[in-house]
Amino acid sequence: MLTLECPYCGVMADETELTAGGEAHLKRFGPGSSDEDFEAYLFERENPKGVHFERWRHSHGCGKWFHAARNTMTLEVYGTYPAQTSEPPVEIRNKISGIAPGWSWRLFK
Amino acid sequence: MSVRLSTGGRLIDRATEISFSFNGARLKGYAGDTLASALLGSDQMLVGRSFKYHRPRGIVASGAEEPNALVNMGEGARFEPNQRATTTELFAGLSATSQNHWPSLEFDVGALNAKLSRFLPAGFYYKMFIHPRSFWKHVYEPFIRQSAGLGRAPDSEDADSYEHFHLHTDVVVVGGGIAGLLAARAAAVTGAKVLLMEQTAHWGGRAPVDGGLVDGQPVGDYIDALVRELSEMPNVTLRLRCMASGVYDHGYLLGYERVRDHQPGAPGPRHRLWRVRAKQIVTATGAIERPLSFAGNDVPGVMLASAVRDYLVNYAVSAGKRVIVATNNDDGYRTAIALKQAGQEVLRILDARETGGGALMAEARRLGIRIDCGRAIGKVSGGKRVKKVQICAYAGAGGALEEVACDAVAMSGGWSPVVHLWSHCGGKLTWDAEQAYFRPDATRAPTGADGQPYVVPAGSANGVMMLDAICGDAVEAGRAAAKAAGYKLKKAAAIEAEPAPETPIEPVWMMPRDARVQLRMKAWLDYQNDVKVSDVQLAAREGYESVEHTKRYTTLGMATDQGKLSNINGLATLADALGAEIPAVGTTTFRPPYTPISMGAIGGEARGAVFQPLRRTAMHGWHEKNGADWEPVGHWRRPYAFARSGESVHDAVMREVKNTRENVGLLDASTLGKILVKGPDAGKFLDLLYTNMMSSLKPGKCRYGLMCNENGFLVDDGVVARIDDETFLCHTTTGGADRIHAHMEEWLQTEWWDMQVYAANLTEQYAQVAVVGPKARMLLEKLGGMDVSAETFPFMTWQDGTLGGFDVRAYRISFSGELSYEIAVPTAQGLAFWEALVAAGKEFGIMPYGTEALHIMRAEKGFIMIGDETDGTIIPQDLGLNWAISKKKEDFLGKRAQERAHMTDPNRWKLVGLETLDGAVLPDGAYAVAEGVNPNGQRNTQGRVTSTYYSPTLCKGIAMGLVLKGPERMGEVIEFPGTDGTVFKARIVDPVFYDKDGEKQNV
Repeated sequence: MLTLECPYCGVMADETELTAGGEAHLKRFGPGSSDEDFEAYLFERENPKGVHFERWRHSHGCGKWFHAARNTMTLEVYGTYPAQTSEPPVEIRNKISGIAPGWSWRLFK
Repeated sequence: MSVRLSTGGRLIDRATEISFSFNGARLKGYAGDTLASALLGSDQMLVGRSFKYHRPRGIVASGAEEPNALVNMGEGARFEPNQRATTTELFAGLSATSQNHWPSLEFDVGALNAKLSRFLPAGFYYKMFIHPRSFWKHVYEPFIRQSAGLGRAPDSEDADSYEHFHLHTDVVVVGGGIAGLLAARAAAVTGAKVLLMEQTAHWGGRAPVDGGLVDGQPVGDYIDALVRELSEMPNVTLRLRCMASGVYDHGYLLGYERVRDHQPGAPGPRHRLWRVRAKQIVTATGAIERPLSFAGNDVPGVMLASAVRDYLVNYAVSAGKRVIVATNNDDGYRTAIALKQAGQEVLRILDARETGGGALMAEARRLGIRIDCGRAIGKVSGGKRVKKVQICAYAGAGGALEEVACDAVAMSGGWSPVVHLWSHCGGKLTWDAEQAYFRPDATRAPTGADGQPYVVPAGSANGVMMLDAICGDAVEAGRAAAKAAGYKLKKAAAIEAEPAPETPIEPVWMMPRDARVQLRMKAWLDYQNDVKVSDVQLAAREGYESVEHTKRYTTLGMATDQGKLSNINGLATLADALGAEIPAVGTTTFRPPYTPISMGAIGGEARGAVFQPLRRTAMHGWHEKNGADWEPVGHWRRPYAFARSGESVHDAVMREVKNTRENVGLLDASTLGKILVKGPDAGKFLDLLYTNMMSSLKPGKCRYGLMCNENGFLVDDGVVARIDDETFLCHTTTGGADRIHAHMEEWLQTEWWDMQVYAANLTEQYAQVAVVGPKARMLLEKLGGMDVSAETFPFMTWQDGTLGGFDVRAYRISFSGELSYEIAVPTAQGLAFWEALVAAGKEFGIMPYGTEALHIMRAEKGFIMIGDETDGTIIPQDLGLNWAISKKKEDFLGKRAQERAHMTDPNRWKLVGLETLDGAVLPDGAYAVAEGVNPNGQRNTQGRVTSTYYSPTLCKGIAMGLVLKGPERMGEVIEFPGTDGTVFKARIVDPVFYDKDGEKQNV
C-alpha cells in the first residue's frame, strides 16, 4: 500500500487510487526492428532489488500517467515525475546518487 | 477441577449473573467474564478436540494466542465458527458449541486417529496419498475432505453490518498496556495526533495482574489515572476491542474493531475496519508466554502459568485446587504465589534450573511452597483432565522419580515478544541469547517513503521485560515516534518504577532435556495442528533444513493461531535436531492478520447492491417491465431476451430473430463504447491504433476497424465514424469502452505525447437504439424528420437530423445483416425515443430483441465477436480479416508483432464456418480431433468451436471455429467429440451462412 505523489495534481495518492503500469522508460521498437530488439521491448523487464523506475497512472484521480523512482527494498520514494520524458530528471538522479551511491539501472547511473 | 472462588476477580461484576449455553448445557458466569473464564468457572475443562488426532483439549491461554478453545458461536444468520473463547466477552444468551468431534465432545469416533498416531507422522499425507494414482480421486480425496475443515460454515446471510473507517494520523500506538499508555502520552504531550488501540476490552494489559509500583502507586491505580489523563487530551483517540491486524507499506495500518461482538443485535456495525495512514507506529504489543514441551502437555488442565494467573486475578477462577507449576524462569513463581495467596494448594514448583530463581523463589518458599530445582515434568496423564504428573530430573531421559496426583499444571517456558507487527513490513529480528527470544533489531526497522524507520517497538514487545525498564522504554518510544512525525520534544520527568530483579532464564526446548522417544511423541509443539516434538525431529532427519519447509511439511504454525505459542519452541527443536544455532535457523515469515479478522469487516459496506455499482441504460426500467432476462456485460445488465408470459427464454430468442429478419426489431445498443477522438492529429493517432487506415475516412462516413495490442493480438473492434476533419467517434465493444479509452490515454500520454489529440469517453452521454429489419426504414419514415432513403442515407454513412421530433445522430451500420440504423439521442431522451419507436412500430410488428438474438444474427452473417472468436491469442489474420489490415501504413500497434515467425506460421488455426451433418448444434468450445495422440496420451486436436447456435433463420445448427488450415479444407468433414460420448461430425464451410452478398443490409 504505497503512497505516491501525483506530479500533475499534487495529491498524495494512496495505492488504491493508482494503477501500476510496469517498468518506465521503455524504448518502443516497431516495424523494421530486429527480432531481438522487439523481443526485449515486449518481454524483457528489470526486476531489481533496489533502485527502480516505474510507470503509474492516477487512474482514480486525474487520470494522468507518471513515473516513480523508488527503492523496491526500502520502499523509499526518490521522486515522481511526468511521463512525457524518455529519461529520469537530473535532480532525481542526483538525489538517488546521494542516498544510494553507485546505483545503476539500465542505461542510467 | 477448575473452580470459581468466592472472592476476588478484578474484571468481573458478581452482582450481574449471566446465563449462557455450551453444547446445550445452561451455564452461568458474571458480567466481565470471557467465555473462557466462564467455562473454567463452571469446571468445563474439556472444550474441543484437536484437528488431526481429535485429542481432548482444554483452554491453554487467556488471550489471542489460544490454540484450542475455538467454538462455533451463535445461530442462523449470526452463526460463526472458530471463535476464540479467550477473546469472546460473555453476554446474556451466548450460545457456543465445540468443534472437531463426532458424535459428541465427550465421545468422539475420530479420536481413533490418536491411537493411530504412530502411523500418522509429519508428512504422512504426502507419503501416503501419492500411490496408487487412481486412489486419489475416489478414496483419498473424499476421506480427506470429510475430515478436513475447522468448524462448520455458516449457511445463512450474515445479519450484521460492517464498516470501514479511514484515518490519517501522526502516531498509532498498538497495545493498551502500561507501555502503550505511556508511549501514547509521551507522544501526545508534544501535540502529535495519537490513536491508541487495545485488542481487549480493558486497559492495562498484564501489569495490573503482575503488580508492582510506579511512581509510588500500585500499577493498576497508576494505569487508571493514565487512562483518565489520555481520555481528556483532545489529540488522543482511544479504542478498546480494536486489534491492529497488520502493518503495511508507507505507514498503512489496519485496525479491526469488534464494536458489537459483546452485545449482538445492538444498533450499529458489528465490526469496523480502521484503514489508517500513520506517520509513525509504536508497537507495544507485549509478549506471549511459551509452553514447555513435555509429554501430555496438551491434557486439559495444563495451562500457561500466566493464563492461570490471569484467570485467578481477573476472574477469580482457579485452574485447579491442587496445582503443579513447572518453570524455567522466575516469572512462573508469580503464578504459584498468586495461587497460594488465593488459598489454592500448590503441590510443587518444578524449576528446571539447578539453582532455581531469585527473590520470587524466596517469597514462594516463605509462603511454604515446596520447590524442587533441577526437576521437570516427565509426563502428564489424565485423558480428558489432568490426573497425575510424573516428576523427573530435568537433565535426563524422563525416568520417573515420583508420581503426584493433581488437577492442574501451570507451565512457563519463558516469554516471547510479540514481534508480528514489527515484522509485517520488513522489520528484522535479532536473537537475544541471554533472554532466549527474538526481539526487534532497532537497526533494521521497516522504512517508509522517506527511507526512514516508521515502526518503533516499545516495552516487552521490544524485549524489555521488567516493569521499571518497560516504563522508560515506552516513554522513549513515544517520544521518538512524535519526533519522527515532526513534533518538538520537551523535557519529560522520569517515571520511577520499583525494580524487581530476576534470575536469568534457562532455555528449555524439551522437557526433560533428553526425553526418550515415547515422551517426545506426546510432547506437543503446535496444539491446533497437532505437531509434536517428534514430528519436527522427523522432518529434520528427512532433510528439511529450512524452517519454512519444515513448517509446511509438518504444518507447524500453520493453524489459525499462526503458531503464536508454538513457533519458537518448534524452531528451537529444529535447530537442535539440525545441530544449528537458533538464529541460524531463523523464524518463519510473520504475515497479517495478527489474528483472524472477519470477512464481513474486510468487505465493509461493499455487499449486496453496493458491492459493485450497476450501470443502467436509459431504457433499463422499460426492459425490466417487459420481461428482460438479464445478462451481465461488464458492469451493465443487458437483456438476453424479452420473454413473454408463458414463453421460454429459448423460444423468445427464436421469435426475436425471426421477427427482426422479417419485420423490425429494436436493440438497446447504449452500452457500446463511444469514444470521441479529436484534434489536428486525430487521424494520425487512429492510424496507429487501428489496423486499418482511418485518416482516409471521409467526414460523414463509417468504417469498421480492428484494434490490436503490441503483441499483435486482437483486443477490440467497432465502427468508426468521422464527424469532421479533426473529429472521430470510435465505437467499441460494451466491455471494452473503459479499457480502450485507457489504452488510448496510455499511448497518448506515454508514447505519442507530441500529438495534439484528446480522447473522451462519451459512452454514457448517449442512448443508442438499433432499428433493424426490412421494415426499419418504413418505421423511421413514419416517425418523420430526416431523409432516411437509400439514396441520401447509404450504408456505412451517418447523419445528424431529427426523427419524430428528437434530435438524433443516426448511423447506417449493421451487425445483423439487415437494413439497420443505429440512432443515438442524448441519454435523457433515450427512454422517450425508445417508447416512441415502440408505439410507432406496432403496425410493422416491432419487437425488442436481446443479446442472444444479436449473437445469432451476427453468427449467421459470419461476423466475429470479441471474446468468442478472440481470446487474447488471436490475430486478425486468424479470422480472415486481412482486408481490414492496411498494407500501406508504416506502423500500427501490432504490426511488428504480426511479423513474428509464430504469427506467420501457416499452421495457425483459422476461422471457418461449421455445419453438422445432421443439423445438430455443436457443443460450445468442443475440440476437433486429429489422428494420433500427443505425448500425454490425449487425442491430437486440429481445431475448436468458438461460437455455436441454433439458427431459426436456417433451421439448423451453425457454428464458427478455428481449424488447422481451415480455409483450404472447405467441404471436409471433421469430428468433434462431445463430453457425453457422442461424436459430432461437421463440415467445414464458409463462415457467412446468410446473405453472403449483403443485399439485405445495403437496400
